[in-house]
Amino acid sequence: MVSRTTDDYRAMVVAGCAAVCEPAFWAGFDRSSAAGFYDYFGQLTEHEPRRAAKFGLPHFCWLCINPKEAEDVQLAQEVIALIPQFLSRPNVLGIGEIGLNKNSRNELKVLELQVDLAARQDQLVLVHTPHLEDKLKGTRLILDVLRADGRIPPGRCLIDHVEEHTVKLVLDRGFWGGMTLYPESKCTAARAVDMIEQYGGERLWMNSACDWGVSVPLAVPYAAQELRRRGHDAGMIDRLIYGNPKRFLSQCAKFRLPEAAS
Amino acid sequence: MQRRQLLDLYYLEARSKLLDLAAFLDRVERAPGEADFRWDAFHAALARMQASPGGRAAGVLDALSDPTTEPIPVATTKAACGAWPGNAVS
Ligand SMILES: [Zn+2]
Repeated sequence: MVSRTTDDYRAMVVAGCAAVCEPAFWAGFDRSSAAGFYDYFGQLTEHEPRRAAKFGLPHFCWLCINPKEAEDVQLAQEVIALIPQFLSRPNVLGIGEIGLNKNSRNELKVLELQVDLAARQDQLVLVHTPHLEDKLKGTRLILDVLRADGRIPPGRCLIDHVEEHTVKLVLDRGFWGGMTLYPESKCTAARAVDMIEQYGGERLWMNSACDWGVSVPLAVPYAAQELRRRGHDAGMIDRLIYGNPKRFLSQCAKFRLPEAAS
Repeated sequence: MQRRQLLDLYYLEARSKLLDLAAFLDRVERAPGEADFRWDAFHAALARMQASPGGRAAGVLDALSDPTTEPIPVATTKAACGAWPGNAVS
């Protein structure tokens, strides 16, 4: 996790996390050139797996240009042209997190280009949905892009950061939904459990954000505690927090966990 | 779970959040200043919460969402503010 210290890797291992999956995202500032992304993709595919391995934590990643830097279409096209050479690296799971941020025309154009890349390269897809007031509109626009393209099977695409007003839209169209647990914004563990109880745990998973803002790498183990408080049994909790991500990610042949963890 | 069990789990926490919310409304009302679209959106969301049994969380989120369907011409900021500014002018 490029934004985190090794203390967090150790804490995740101690808490029982079996792997970490890191999407390509915004650095908190805009990169000044495609070369900045080239270096970042190297960091995600070479340096971070080594750093995580020191703590016994398998590290996987997703590659893309994130929607917050997608307003500059020319830069985005240069970055997208860099991605294929990294896709065969052993820890790369697919294209992500692509999506929208402010729901602009250029963001939409770049989303279409990256959906096309994922389809041509037969990659799994991880989608970021916008925050706060932009989420509902953005989720609808993203689902429209995926439907219009038609080449990404919904079962191979996870729409992340769903909340109560978007979860049904996503699940009804056959996609996986990700509930991102945050201490301050987005979704709390209690609300995530509400959604699981209402919509079932078949294609939902919970993830933690480990970014530059206030976020908690152990949010998933904490959510397991919340599931226990709500009376869910160990088998259900294991299916939800371990089995579901494993089922989705195993559609990529490179996703392998050590025997002891699987 | 039974209603009583859920209340045992969450009542005190929710009561505390309800008081924080009430105090926030008082605090803003005491303060001088201009109208703000976030304040109007917040009240609209409170009304939706009261009027949406079974779907209160989704109702609040809907009330605070951009209701338009067309992409915006250009993104001039990266941040979201939690309410749709368009409510102020519509
Ligand atoms: Zn995201």
